[in-house]
Amino acid sequence: MKTKALPLILLCVAVFAGGCSDSPWNNPYPDEHAGKRIYYDSFSERPKHLDPVSSYSEDEALFIGQIYEPPLQYHFLKRPYELIPLSATEVPEPEYYDEDGHRLHGDAAEEEVARAVYTIHIRQDIRYQPHPALARDESGAYRYHDLQSSDLKDIRSLKDFPHAGTRELVAADFVYQIKRLVKPGLHSPLAGFMSKYIVDLGGLGQRLREQPERGLPVDLREIEFAGAEVVDRYTYRVHLKRKYPQFKYWLSMYFFSPVPWEADVFYSQPGMKERNISLDWYPVGTGPFMLTENNPNRHMILERNPNFHGEDYPVEGMPGDREKGFLDDAGKSMPFIDMAYYSLEKEAIPEWNKFLQGYFDTSGIISDSFDQAVQFTAAGEPELTTEMQNKGIGLLTAVRPTIVYLGFNMLDDVVGGDSERARLLRRALSIAIDYEEFLSIFANGRGIAAQGPIPSGIYGAREGREGINPYVYDWADGKPRRKPISEARELLHKAGYRDGRNIETGEPLVLYLDVTSGGAGSKTLLNWYRKQFDKLGIQLVIRATDYNRFREKMRKGTAQIYTWGWNADYPDPENFLFLLYGENGKVKHQGENTSNYDNERYDDLFVKMRAMDRGPDRQAIIDEMVEILRRDAPWVWGYHPQAYSLYHQWYGNAKPNLMARNTLKYKTIDPELRQAKRLEWNQPVLWPLVLLGLIIVLSIIPAVITYRHKQRAAVK
Amino acid sequence: MIAYIIRRILYAIPILIGVNVITFFLFFVVNSPDDMARLHLGDRYVTQQAIDNWKAQRGYDRPLFWNSEQRGLEQFRDTIFFDNSVKLFAFNFGQSDSGRDIGSDIRQRMWPSLAIAVPTLLVGLLINISFALLVAFFRATYIDVWGVVICVVMMSISGLFYIIGGQFLISKLLHLVPISGYDTGQEAIKFLILPVLVGVISGIGSGTRWYRTIFLEEIGKDYVRTARAKGLNERIIYYRHVLKNGLIPILTGVVVILPLLFMGSLIIESFFSIPGLGSYTIDAINRQDFAIVRSMVFLGSVLYIVGLLLTDISYTLVDPRVRLES
Repeated sequence: MKTKALPLILLCVAVFAGGCSDSPWNNPYPDEHAGKRIYYDSFSERPKHLDPVSSYSEDEALFIGQIYEPPLQYHFLKRPYELIPLSATEVPEPEYYDEDGHRLHGDAAEEEVARAVYTIHIRQDIRYQPHPALARDESGAYRYHDLQSSDLKDIRSLKDFPHAGTRELVAADFVYQIKRLVKPGLHSPLAGFMSKYIVDLGGLGQRLREQPERGLPVDLREIEFAGAEVVDRYTYRVHLKRKYPQFKYWLSMYFFSPVPWEADVFYSQPGMKERNISLDWYPVGTGPFMLTENNPNRHMILERNPNFHGEDYPVEGMPGDREKGFLDDAGKSMPFIDMAYYSLEKEAIPEWNKFLQGYFDTSGIISDSFDQAVQFTAAGEPELTTEMQNKGIGLLTAVRPTIVYLGFNMLDDVVGGDSERARLLRRALSIAIDYEEFLSIFANGRGIAAQGPIPSGIYGAREGREGINPYVYDWADGKPRRKPISEARELLHKAGYRDGRNIETGEPLVLYLDVTSGGAGSKTLLNWYRKQFDKLGIQLVIRATDYNRFREKMRKGTAQIYTWGWNADYPDPENFLFLLYGENGKVKHQGENTSNYDNERYDDLFVKMRAMDRGPDRQAIIDEMVEILRRDAPWVWGYHPQAYSLYHQWYGNAKPNLMARNTLKYKTIDPELRQAKRLEWNQPVLWPLVLLGLIIVLSIIPAVITYRHKQRAAVK
Repeated sequence: MIAYIIRRILYAIPILIGVNVITFFLFFVVNSPDDMARLHLGDRYVTQQAIDNWKAQRGYDRPLFWNSEQRGLEQFRDTIFFDNSVKLFAFNFGQSDSGRDIGSDIRQRMWPSLAIAVPTLLVGLLINISFALLVAFFRATYIDVWGVVICVVMMSISGLFYIIGGQFLISKLLHLVPISGYDTGQEAIKFLILPVLVGVISGIGSGTRWYRTIFLEEIGKDYVRTARAKGLNERIIYYRHVLKNGLIPILTGVVVILPLLFMGSLIIESFFSIPGLGSYTIDAINRQDFAIVRSMVFLGSVLYIVGLLLTDISYTLVDPRVRLES
């Protein structure tokens, strides 16, 4: 009997042993984490790519943003967003040359410029994180660059290599990475786009594809490339085909961060791929953190890079930053934490509960829990509920550099085109579709109705009275007020429709909205759209389809009205205004202009504007472009979402920066306070278990009595 | 019996080919290789050249079933279907569309699935059989009536409710175990308690009802009456005779699902963030990773066929009257 019970007893001891430690029973982290400066966060999906040449999504940037260091970065505190050096020594100023190679002034017109050259000087004190690809033996040869399959028999992950090495960052690593943009097999999403700008990049891609056909190995160091050159050990140049001032923003993205050639040699050896050991899985960078555990099925761990060159917290910020404590660490050496521990959380409810228990340091707010976390004051300002305030939780909000819009296909016969009839119809719909109501119903008020394509906070956007869209809003009581529906009906009447019917034929006006989901969850939203169109008597037919078919419709231009969005790559109006540039038309040019809007004057202004530096002249052109767009209304401008984030009292320097991805180094944690709060909030409650046990025992007693009675009863 | 097993294995081959064809057809009806490329490369700035390169790299630039540009057997061999399907029969799953080795991922992720499925099955069997025996023993009493009512109520509740309710009660209110997560070794226990508990409780209703029916059927048989006539104790009748005979349909029902325990639970793994094969499959469907979907469907089919074969074999072991003949 004792032997049989032993495993059960051991199990109980093992389970409740946790109760004897200082850690709460429901602590999901190892006990040895207690008291350490570890940042805890979550991710919901495995990052697809961690190779900086392929990675292009937010969830991947969460990791590689802390590992790789491109030449530039965004200032953590200053707004509007400002570029500052990261691995470069300064923000490069382009040099322009004409066809004959003569140097031009910085304000040269785009058509004069035949070549733009960016010369980038990099810091001389940067070294890579420890990595086996860089390990050398006593003779100076690379230890792991000539591995045989037999050498890998005990290797399952990068940790299994006993040696790691490092080396200095040099300019050649940046040039090497630019070549990797077009390396076959890496599939950089930026390859095609950058080939339009970087000299010879398209040609390089072609040559690289032909190398294996010629029986030649693909060694990027050996291949000629006119688009980028190493000037000296710490300087390199990038040659562009034309004037493109926005290129400096791309220099802050991971596509342009350095990669050592040794990494490619190391990872391309036989047997590595079969073991899932690749640069896409095990990055090698120079940043403040390195990925020490990549197990996206469970957790991903970033630890401090012992070779990090060091960087100080900014000493300048915006007015009010000092009062909010964002400058308390000014001038101190970063990073402030030793580890970042990201746990896989596929569902929002467990994630939210873990945040409330203190196991995540920050959190977004899911719709289901919004009312639990946030309430609005009489003035319409968001504030935390008493429950959140009592826990010492903080709230930060920021307008995302994003626009979500309802677009008209300008190739469509009914809603598209340049006719006054269609324009008036689109403007009538712009008034009728009430995005303030949308935000209130579907987004808990987390967003602001858009007045045009450029989100607030991005250079070029006008604020206040001069920033409103006069075709849709009036300025009243110090804020924009949507025009009454009667004005929309009047516009519709001028467009040739009365109460939703064609005045001449009497035919009802039926419009079609193409959406990517028709499930039960979206029924309310789609009904809301129907209701908006119904205000004008227009019948709206929903054409729901899957995302693949939807994209196909957009490519072919067969959709009529659709909803879509855009998240800025960089904080420049060009990155929004190009979405309506004629040369970017989706159907004709496979570009990002999904509405296929084509306006000659707008296009001319766009070409001028994109090549200009910031200043009053550029602002005047932007104003005119926005005015053209508002008048033509190829989009119903929709809204700019607002990010609401919560953070615990032990988490510091929480100021949101929606352009920067390398913000982990700025964050601070007070581990003692966190541990105390976790213990306070997570005391195990045992009395319900005792009660349950009693109920079970009590319910068994009558059964036992019945059993005995039955056993003793005489046979009838 | 060996001839019977060989025959069943041979039967499995056309079934697996059929499963492969259907999976392949359904997947490519919904997703063209272009769609898959776009999903992997993203929406922004992607050119047709990049899409073509992606397809060529993975062999998705060839015809689906029939290559009219080739001659002879190559017309069939040089297709996406052939290239993707034949290797599966050697359990060579190849690489996922994102470049990971699928076999390696499966070997890694089957353990968390088993860590939940095996204890859930064993504890569930123990509890369900015990509860079923109890209500059968007290048949036609208030215990039987209320036991059945509770079972029906438990069967009527959605599995999702047990998960969310369990997380809310056990983890959020009582703070007894972590809400979600996973670890290895002894640390795994605290993460497994709640999903196993939820899995067991959610299965009590249907399991007990099913086993109760089996036991009631046994109780009505002649050998039970004979045992009673001999004056045997009720406890001995139930535990030595009824349970033993009732286990035949129970065991054969369990054996068929044994191999499928590897495949994991789709919902539980997702809600508890368990890195098993269930969530692996769901993720692959969401990412439109055909290579993984195809491999998991194939693996599931093989395991199901193995389960059915084991069931047949188990019949011969637990019931001497059954013989397998070719």
